[in-house]
Amino acid sequence: MLEHVELFFKSIFIDNMVFATFLGMCSYLAVSKKVSTAVGLGAAVIFVLAVTVPMNWLLDQYILRDGALAWLGPEYAEYDLSFLSFILFIATIATMVQLVEIIVEKFSPSLYNSLGIFLPLIAVNCAILGGSLFMQSRDIETLGLALNYGISSGIGWFLAILAIAAIREKIRYSNVPAPLRGLGITFIITGLMAIGFMSFGGMLTGGDEAEPTSEVKTAQTEPASEVEEITKENTASIEAVQVSEITQQ
Amino acid sequence: MGLLSKKDSKLILDPLADNNPITIQVLGICSALAITAQLKASIVMAVSVIFVLAIGNVVISLMRNIIPSKIRIIVQLIVVATLVIIVDQVLKAFAYELSKELSVFIGLIITNCIIMGRFEAFALGNGPWRSFLDGIGNAAGYGLILVIVGFFRELLGSGTLLGIKVLGDPIAKTGLYSIGYENNGFMLLSPMALIIVGLIIWVQRSRNKALIEEN
Repeated sequence: MLEHVELFFKSIFIDNMVFATFLGMCSYLAVSKKVSTAVGLGAAVIFVLAVTVPMNWLLDQYILRDGALAWLGPEYAEYDLSFLSFILFIATIATMVQLVEIIVEKFSPSLYNSLGIFLPLIAVNCAILGGSLFMQSRDIETLGLALNYGISSGIGWFLAILAIAAIREKIRYSNVPAPLRGLGITFIITGLMAIGFMSFGGMLTGGDEAEPTSEVKTAQTEPASEVEEITKENTASIEAVQVSEITQQ
Repeated sequence: MGLLSKKDSKLILDPLADNNPITIQVLGICSALAITAQLKASIVMAVSVIFVLAIGNVVISLMRNIIPSKIRIIVQLIVVATLVIIVDQVLKAFAYELSKELSVFIGLIITNCIIMGRFEAFALGNGPWRSFLDGIGNAAGYGLILVIVGFFRELLGSGTLLGIKVLGDPIAKTGLYSIGYENNGFMLLSPMALIIVGLIIWVQRSRNKALIEEN
């Protein structure tokens, strides 16, 4: 249970799709001029992520991974089809998006009209494929966790686009330098919001990201190592950048 | 430009500046920004996208008359996914360390909006040669921004370029560091990529007033 809560908050705030990994930026920038359309697209993203991530988890677990085909019989146990994951994931996603498009057109024509061209573009929204690829690379363990991951990272994306759409509606009345108007200022605001979201990094670790001394480590071996692991995962994306810096130094 | 007619060279040169895919068309930001902390990764990413977009544009353009318009998105995705798998496998074979560093972002070339955008807007309505040039031009315009961002982030963030210590050694205090210069570690954090792109847009639109948006 605790791991569900942890993953939920982690995917919304710490590993936020937009602010930590820049996924789904194209539609994030293009559809964030009005709050109402932003809400529609955000909801569609949550829904599509909630469906595609668990489906791709099943695909990954029973078809793609090294040795995943063992259930077919021992002679298949050696196959490693993981190089096919891009093409299978994207095929699942494209099919699901087509389905969502048909459903939305049937039940909510007004939403369909306001989303216009962007509904088919969900298929090529990096957030959707990114969700599945991160699910694969972070070794999410159970189907339940995969569903949780899909929904919560969708909510994170929804929050991000809602926030930027609200800010952009307000900023229309401000006197922005002419060359920065529109796209430029949106980029810079997103950058500042991303810096703000980095402060959530301390949320699950209790804020003690400073190196624990050896005494503390020996005093409480298990919790300390756990905390350390969480910290590592949280900062994984930042770390990838920093590791290279450290090796250079 | 004896090889290319004026119209053809426009296809390549336009996206480099006044119709740049990132700063003007707002396409393809997704997979770009997270990997620009180092110049080398940016260059590899740029080359991969040039390869995928140029070849993909030609393939789609050759098939444009036989693809039923209802399922064209799926067809396009399959073409891109195939090309990206090739890039991914090549990188894994010849530059394993780098491909680890780029992790899922090579896979995310598939959903790079530039690629679908150019397929939809250009390759479906034009011949293979023109599509090829359009692909090269747009991917190069994208790569240009990536390389600029990567250049500044690596230079200011870690004081190196392509891993070479151009500003001296920060530990031994040589070069610029001897007079008290410090690396700005902030540049290595991902949000700075967004802010640098914002600044590039600012410079570009100050130089060309026609690009300024209403609001």
